[in-house]
Amino acid sequence: MAARHYRRLQGLFCVYKPPGVHWKLVRDTVETNLLKDLNASASRPVPREVRYLLSQDSTKDEDAPKALTLSAASVPVLSKHPLVTGPDFQHIKVGVGHRLDAFSSGVLVLGIGNANKVLNDLYNSRVTRDYTVEGVFGSATDDFSNQGRIIERSTYSHITQDKLEKVLAMLQGANQKALLTYSRVDMRSQEAYEMAVQGLLGPEEKSVPILLRLRCICFEPPNFTLEVQVINETQKYLCKVVHEIGLELRSTAVCKGIRRTRDGRFTVHHALTHNQWTAAEVMNAIQQCHTTKKRKRDTREQNKNSELHVEERDISTSQNTTHRIDAFN
Amino acid sequence: MSLCIVDFRIMMAPRCLLLCLRCRNLLGTRISTQHLSHLMQGCTASLPCEQQTGIMIQMCHYSSVKHLQILTSATDFVSNKSCVLQDPKQAIDLDANVELSALEEIDDEEAVTISVPTALPPLSTSLKDYVDKSETLSKLVQLGVNLWKLEQRPNVGSMLLRLDYDRDVASKLLFLKDIGVEDSRLGYIISHNPFILTQNFENLETRVNYLKSKKFSLETIASMVSRAPYLLSFSVKRLDNRMGFYQQQLNLSVVNTRNIVSRLPRLLCGSLEPVKENLKVCEIELGFKKNEIQHIVLAVPKVLTANKKKLIQIFDLLHNTMKVPHHLIVKFPQVLNTKYLRVKERHLFLEYLGKAQYDPAQPNYIALDNLVSLPDETFCSELVSVKLEDFYLFQKTL
Repeated sequence: MAARHYRRLQGLFCVYKPPGVHWKLVRDTVETNLLKDLNASASRPVPREVRYLLSQDSTKDEDAPKALTLSAASVPVLSKHPLVTGPDFQHIKVGVGHRLDAFSSGVLVLGIGNANKVLNDLYNSRVTRDYTVEGVFGSATDDFSNQGRIIERSTYSHITQDKLEKVLAMLQGANQKALLTYSRVDMRSQEAYEMAVQGLLGPEEKSVPILLRLRCICFEPPNFTLEVQVINETQKYLCKVVHEIGLELRSTAVCKGIRRTRDGRFTVHHALTHNQWTAAEVMNAIQQCHTTKKRKRDTREQNKNSELHVEERDISTSQNTTHRIDAFN
Repeated sequence: MSLCIVDFRIMMAPRCLLLCLRCRNLLGTRISTQHLSHLMQGCTASLPCEQQTGIMIQMCHYSSVKHLQILTSATDFVSNKSCVLQDPKQAIDLDANVELSALEEIDDEEAVTISVPTALPPLSTSLKDYVDKSETLSKLVQLGVNLWKLEQRPNVGSMLLRLDYDRDVASKLLFLKDIGVEDSRLGYIISHNPFILTQNFENLETRVNYLKSKKFSLETIASMVSRAPYLLSFSVKRLDNRMGFYQQQLNLSVVNTRNIVSRLPRLLCGSLEPVKENLKVCEIELGFKKNEIQHIVLAVPKVLTANKKKLIQIFDLLHNTMKVPHHLIVKFPQVLNTKYLRVKERHLFLEYLGKAQYDPAQPNYIALDNLVSLPDETFCSELVSVKLEDFYLFQKTL
């Protein structure tokens, strides 16, 4: 019973890491919850064995010969009792995909058991990630986030949306150029054109972080929100981008929050919140992940969609979720 | 037969000779197991406080091997034990051994009594090799003691093996039952504090009498011991010291001190330094007045042992972000005991919906205790009237 649960737990799933929490704590909490549920369902009866016990007649005479009798009794073998051997499951291999630092929040991919090997391949392959970055104009700090020590303050009343758009376009252009340089293909060849059409241009191995897509979704000075699609990044780099945008606009900016909305195939839609980190929910999530993978592989073989179209669809779904939440009020 | 007894007496003094004894036994030389068990009992009685080594475990298992105990009658070994204890060291000629032949004819009754002891390992990292053969360990497992956790603590495994059930364990368990501790809690107490079984009986009695003299009722003492297993391991002086500290520092009456100590008995067990720091934090950093601190501690004594950083973090959220004034926090002290993430998410959700109103004077007021103590479902349906899934969706946008 517990072995069946354990087999069903092998796979990849994603959780939503809340801000302010270290990723290791998330991983440890998930492992503890899974172990608790598995050990609760694994309850085997203690095996019994037949032992021969010697007993004596209870006569008070010490010198008289005592009648010794052998009696067979079925006694539980206490060395196999769970209080002596410990719980059945003491460790589950839970691995983490692309890490998120404590300041940011969002989709964190976890893999259990055999799926850790897949996780390794995923980590090395070319997988893009979507972030929603919120920034505030007016100050600059030492670690580019709003929790650092403030170094500089400035005005921001001269900033308008089109100036921001101009700066973003310039940044995107620079990044596009970097993308082409790192893809190591001769730009004048037919091969390069075909790769560009399919969206396969990009660095093969580790490189500098490249922003594939950058746009501003919300602009209410001093706050602004960007949506970025990156590859090979760290969250500190994104904070630095916000800081540089502030500098380009001749003001200063700090990053207020970073939220990862998509990591490869896993989106916020599939992520489990911290109330849902139980074995049953995790099993459901892994099951869903398997079925979507199968379905996607079939559709991709049928339609031969380009990578660009797939990514556009993902961005539009995340846009839909933000619109849906606004519609609550 | 008397020669055999003499031999064993010499062997008591050096430990290594006991090894020889064991070897002889295993080789099947005909030594009467009755005499063997008498002297084993005598041996362990005369070597009470040795350093714990691997050989110690080996000697222990001989004393607790049940099949030997079954064969002896009580009066027999008492008389022999006394005579053996009286003259422990005598210059005896070691060469006067009598080798008994294995081919000697014996009658059926004696044949049945010779049982070959199974080779219990002399050294082991786990108690599961000994639990089937040891009466003490089997009885402890039946009580519900978590031996697996205990054997990971250094030296506890050897200590438990060395215990004699009738002498040490049974008397302490009966004592605990007399105080009023329930049977189901005995396993929990021993799992957390196995050293209660090696405590001196008089010490335990003195401490319970001290608590009774401080006007704790018997049921209260029983519940305190059940929830804080280390309570009876501390001396009367230390318990008195701590009770005095809480009474003075918090300016509480005797009744109130008894109240908080009976509700959170681990206040008497732990060190006082973190408590002093917490009190200083409450007074200086958080800015509560003395009577406010008294009220908070009476309502939620756990604040005294809470983590200092977490306390500051949650107070910062409550006071600076949610703008809850001091007097409201004092009115609902359980908010200081909650998880930071929980309060933050719920507050942000209420703010997003425009219902973050904590001032009782204004309309649409949300009580702080409802905010923190209700489970998610009730919070969503009753306080805010949204579905649980919408709350989860909101959590994913933070």
